[in-house]
Amino acid sequence: MAIFYYLIFPGFLFTVIVGLLTAWFDRKVTARVQWRKGPPILQNFYDVGKLLIKEVPIPETANKTIFLLAPAIALAAATLSASMLGVINMNWNYTFVGDLIVLWYIMSIPSIMIVVGASASGNPMSSVGASREMNQLIGYELPLVIAISTVVFKVGSLGLGDILAYQANNGPILYSISGVISCIVILICLQAKLGLVPFDIPEAETELGAGAFMEYSGAALGAFKLTKAILLYTSPIFIITLFWGGIQIKGLGILWAILKYILFIALFTLIRNTNPRLRIDQSVRFFWVTMTILAIIALILMSLGY
Amino acid sequence: MPLGLNSLKKSIWVYHVACSPCNNCDIEILDLLTPRFDVERFGIVLVGSVRHADALLVTGMVNRQIKPRLQQLYLQAAKPCVVFAIGSCAVNGNFFRRSYNMAGPVDRVIKEVDPNAIIVYVPGCPPKPESMISGVVKAIGFLDNLKAKKK
Repeated sequence: MAIFYYLIFPGFLFTVIVGLLTAWFDRKVTARVQWRKGPPILQNFYDVGKLLIKEVPIPETANKTIFLLAPAIALAAATLSASMLGVINMNWNYTFVGDLIVLWYIMSIPSIMIVVGASASGNPMSSVGASREMNQLIGYELPLVIAISTVVFKVGSLGLGDILAYQANNGPILYSISGVISCIVILICLQAKLGLVPFDIPEAETELGAGAFMEYSGAALGAFKLTKAILLYTSPIFIITLFWGGIQIKGLGILWAILKYILFIALFTLIRNTNPRLRIDQSVRFFWVTMTILAIIALILMSLGY
Repeated sequence: MPLGLNSLKKSIWVYHVACSPCNNCDIEILDLLTPRFDVERFGIVLVGSVRHADALLVTGMVNRQIKPRLQQLYLQAAKPCVVFAIGSCAVNGNFFRRSYNMAGPVDRVIKEVDPNAIIVYVPGCPPKPESMISGVVKAIGFLDNLKAKKK
């Protein structure tokens, strides 16, 4: 049953399909914003299908094992986070003590694997991209964990199932001032985790080529693309689980869940299309000052009962 | 998921190699990527790293200094990879063909390192974006031939 969960339904197959369709939605909305027609609905499937038949040249300077292992681990970790969230949303009893912390760690493994793979490739552009990714990771983890702790203190438990049960009884955490503020903080932190535009500093096509992914091609690059697609699916589900009562897969709940999901994806896309790329120092300062202060304000408001 | 050459036809990532051009062809290539022509409809995307590329857009007359770089770039690209010689200079040297530092048109330079390279010629000075699209269509036809041969 665990293998079925991991590989088929809330896990790999389902999240890859939904994630690639979501990535298409993102590209299509971007195209419409720029008055273009945009790619066809299966475009991201074509991209990944093509990458699977391409050759994978390994640079002479690279450490071969780590270079090829990093995308595989990133993909496995992203899949694990998606299937954990999916299973807990299906049945609250599958929660265990501190699974929120486990989930948070697993969700940061793909970023770390990007750093590891880029450093192993031995390309100077990649190493600049890796250092930027690391800086960015250090930047956004601080406000992210403070904003998550707002929810944890309010519920009084580290279990995702308990958070969902609390919201079923007392209403979603989003419907309070502290909830709204910490939801915004998490939304922007996840934007950085996904590497979307105001925070796409590690990839930075116009200055670094492809940055951290410079030396990757073929199936290895495809694994990273799938990782990004799965994280694009996981992030809105993570926010909805923490703040908006999770996802119910029965009756009208499905429609309501899809609407919530599309709302958050649209927010990601709009932020991406209306902002220019920041410099790395601006980005870290933004997270450590503005976002951290906002998150602490939310924490204080929550302890005062708002 | 559509696999193999079928999906390669619908998702061509291009990498722009400027081999001492006069920049006219480059401006036309940039035109091709603007919303007016919107080649993302066909899955054509400009990428920043040659490792991701399915097609190299080579412009300009290849001189002696850029020749080893162009050959190295072609070897670094992940195969299968198509080379587009864009503009008259890249196709046959145009009026630089008797120049002292001309190292040969793009096809000759590429075929020195890979005799089986697929090369698409888009003549014009500079070629229109429409003719570049027609070049891409012909390259896709070539991929169909390749598939038929495999069968």
